Amino acid sequence: MSVLDPPPADQPTRIRIQSDPGNLPKVREAVRKVAHEVGFDEDCIARIVLAVDEAITNVIKHGYEGRCDQAVEVCVTRVRENGREGIRFEIRDFGKQVDPDTICGRDLKDVRPGGLGVHIIRSVMDRVVYAPAEGGGMRLSMIKLLGP
Amino acid sequence: MKGTIKNIRRSERGTVVEASGEIDLRYQPEFQEALLSVCEEKPPVLVVHLGDVEYMDSSGVGTLVKIAHTLRNQEGKLVLVAPTERVRSIFEITTLDKYFTILDSEEEALAQ
Repeated sequence: MSVLDPPPADQPTRIRIQSDPGNLPKVREAVRKVAHEVGFDEDCIARIVLAVDEAITNVIKHGYEGRCDQAVEVCVTRVRENGREGIRFEIRDFGKQVDPDTICGRDLKDVRPGGLGVHIIRSVMDRVVYAPAEGGGMRLSMIKLLGP
Repeated sequence: MKGTIKNIRRSERGTVVEASGEIDLRYQPEFQEALLSVCEEKPPVLVVHLGDVEYMDSSGVGTLVKIAHTLRNQEGKLVLVAPTERVRSIFEITTLDKYFTILDSEEEALAQ
């Protein structure tokens, strides 16, 4: 993992990793740190960390089909919307492009292994937007705001 | 922190598997393989102690769903014990806290 720009407080934190699951703990720690600085409580921090982890796990499993040597870029930015502090996460990969409309959580009444990641992401975050990225791959933007 | 199986204890009442560490995409295959191996012994109750599990993602939860299905098909039962708040929250987000039997102690679990 490399943190490209160790930032001042209001600047984005940019993290570039290879798509190796062994890098997940470092990303989780970086996300936990920023979420703590913004002021989320411990329960919310745990959920935010989980959602970001699930997003990167999906990139590794689906975007890169398990290949461990591909690039994943994570940009973490503190934001303020309508007077509420929050965090925006942008996750950029260079793998398969998919139609964003096909990325949806499954029916939780159907209890079976797999397919929970997108549900977790959408449950935890206030706003989730998947989009094909220029030049290939996908860009996922997620925003979580502090409660009013 | 490695995610792994710390200990396995067998008795007539059932088998207790103590998990630990971080159960994510890295260690889920190892976690699943170990639990499926225990399932082959057809325990009446399989207790997975989660007290020392610091983190679990949806792949770990998916493994537990798979194990619950496997045990159910052989008339056994999966019981989860003592998850931390952090781990419990993934069961809540996915509403699987209503699907799994989650108890506070091994004694309660083995009495199922």
